[in-house]
This record gives sequence, C-alpha cells and structure tokens, in this order.
Amino acid sequence: MRAVHYLNQFFGGLGGEEKAGAPLEVHTGAAGPGKLLEQLLGSNAEIVTTLICGDNYAVENQQSIVSAVLEKVREANADLFVAGPCFQSGRYGMAAGSLCSAVQAKLGIPVIAGMAQENPGADLYRDTLFIIDSGDNAAKMRDVMNRMATLAKKLLAKEAVGLPKEEGYIPRGLIRDHFVEKTAAERLVEMVLAKVKDEPFESEMIPTAFAPVPMPPGVKDLQKAKLMLITDGGLVPKGNPDRIQSSAATRWGSYTIKDRADLRSEDYEISHGGYDPQFVRQDPNRLVPLDVMRELEQEGVIGELYDEFISTSGLANPLSNTRRMGREMAEKAKRLGIDAIILTST
Amino acid sequence: MQITSAMPIAEMVGANRLVLGNGIVHVVGDAKVSVDEEKGIRRQLVQKALKALQRDDD
Repeated sequence: MRAVHYLNQFFGGLGGEEKAGAPLEVHTGAAGPGKLLEQLLGSNAEIVTTLICGDNYAVENQQSIVSAVLEKVREANADLFVAGPCFQSGRYGMAAGSLCSAVQAKLGIPVIAGMAQENPGADLYRDTLFIIDSGDNAAKMRDVMNRMATLAKKLLAKEAVGLPKEEGYIPRGLIRDHFVEKTAAERLVEMVLAKVKDEPFESEMIPTAFAPVPMPPGVKDLQKAKLMLITDGGLVPKGNPDRIQSSAATRWGSYTIKDRADLRSEDYEISHGGYDPQFVRQDPNRLVPLDVMRELEQEGVIGELYDEFISTSGLANPLSNTRRMGREMAEKAKRLGIDAIILTST
Repeated sequence: MQITSAMPIAEMVGANRLVLGNGIVHVVGDAKVSVDEEKGIRRQLVQKALKALQRDDD
C-alpha cells in the first residue's frame, strides 16, 4: 500500500512562521509525524512521498498547489492520501481540506485529514471528507494519528465505516438507513418527556451551530476611514458579467463605482430569485446607497468610499458556500485596508 | 455592519452591528414617497449605520 502525506512547513520540519512562504517541496519517504503514520498503517504500508508546503504559500497559491499535488500523487501511484493532522491551524486546515477534496474527486482514492472542529478547514470540508477530530493539542499526535490510520485502513479495505463518535471523525451530515425498534412518534415523545424531566436525551437532529463572532472595536475616526459597500441583493452590471447565480450562488463580483455619484437603473440588473426586484431595478441606490455615501464623502463625514462595490445573491445557499464567499470578501477588504463595511441585505 | 430587513436571520447567524432596513424590496429606499423624501430616509439609515460602526459596546 502506497501513501502520500501532506504536511505544512512546521510539521514538515522546514521551520516556523518565518518559513510560511515556502513553496511546495517533494520528499521521498516519510517525514516528521509521517513516520508514526507509516508505522500505524501496518507492515505492508509505505509513505512513498511527503509533500511539504508553507502555510501562506499554500493558501495564496491554492490552484497551482492543487494541480501540483494531484500530479505528484498520480506519479506516486498512491492508494491513499493523508493530510495533517492540522489541529487548530486555519491555513494548514484550509490547504489540507482543498487538497484532500481534489485528490478524492480527481483520483478517486481514499483520503483522510485531521483537524480541530473549530478549524475553518473543518467547517468548509466536513461534508466532503473524513476529517478526524484532532482537538487543539498537538501533544495528542499519537492518538490522533492512530485514529487516522485506523479509519484509513478501513477505507482501503472498503469496510463499513462506523458513526462519527465511534471512528472519531467530525460529523459529515450523512444520512443512512437502519432499523430501529420504535417509530419516530414514540422516540419523539420519549425525548420530550426526558426533556421536561431534565433527563439526558440525544436529539436526532443536529442543529446548525453559529459560533459567536466577537464584535471588532468601533471605528475611531470616521473622517479618516475607508469604507466599502457590499450587498447580498444580487445587484450586478447589465449582462451579469460574472454570471452570479440567482439562487445558491457560488460566485460574487466586485464592480466599479469610480467617479460615479449614484447608480443608474440602465446600468444594472438583479440576479436574485428571492424578492420582487422591480423597486431596485427602478433605482439601484435603494439597495446600494451610493448617492448618499458620495454626499457623506464630500461633506467629509467619512474619509473615503472604496471605488468598487461587492455583490452576490443571498438566497437558498448552503452555509459552506456563503462562509467561503464571506471569507473571500473579508480577505479582499483586509488586503485593501478597508476600515469598515456596510452590508445591505434584502 | 449590516442594514437588513430580515433581522431574525442576521441575529441568528450572530451579526453584531445591525440596523433595520426599510423593507426587503428596498432596504435603503421607499417607493411610496417622493424622490427627495426617499433620499432623506436613505441618508438617515446610512447615518444610523455609521453610528453603529463607531460603537464599541453591543
């Protein structure tokens, strides 16, 4: 059994944060925690290649890294691809998730990653991948690696995979058929009774959890602040150049408002299937308040308005899409040195 | 900060600087009044938004 293992610069032994810009390196054989993985996978297993990349490089060059890794895994004639464990490291988790998901989709071999539940990579890829819950403590490496290896062996042998808590992976939201003794109505009544009696019970529904987002400090000096407008109301230039879908959008666009005092109805259309667009079509400032922002900019109330607005369509969209797009928009705003954003939502 | 007419959704996902918009079909507009009045309403909403951006508490 031939495996390829992906590590970041830290676990791959290149160095710490100062090596986060390191491009992809290809090593023959196992490296770092890969040696333990090789041992745990059993005597007929070999880590033929270890791929090591700096966290920043991997996130900033995602597309080229994905194709380079696909090529190396193919060349290695691998039966298994393993990434991490990444613990709490967000950039590492994002890279591991995107690589595993590409290898699984394009090469069809089993893939395993390891991350803490709070890792943004887990958030984004838990539906698609088996991600062993690594917790945030890297001292538990042996334990985590053991669970990764055990699940990998099962996948390779095409054995049935148990429930998330049995195998230690982060719940994927998969639904499977099995026989139960009691009807849904009976189970539900039992749960309600347990609840009113303050007894423990286990819900069969996993509610979507939204981790609290700490509020960033207020803008100190509005007169010097650079602001940006974003909308999820689907306002796009005529012809919808980025083909933003009117429902479950996977894309967003950024459109110039440079030297414009307001938005003209003849220049825009709406790509959003969830509200009556006639009023915004008549006057797009009803969704993206450019006219008023320009006034406030001229009066010196705000420092500057960024000369593009961002738009997508917020309708019937899986959280994995919206979280990714939100993250991408936030990264752009950060890169541009934007101090504050006004998001208008329909 | 977010100006929205779907306040329960924004609250559910944990958005923390919120201003209630003037209807889903025109968050920062009003089709029932004159153009000047409408712009006044829009300006008020945006100024409220700017105030929310400066606050440090919830």
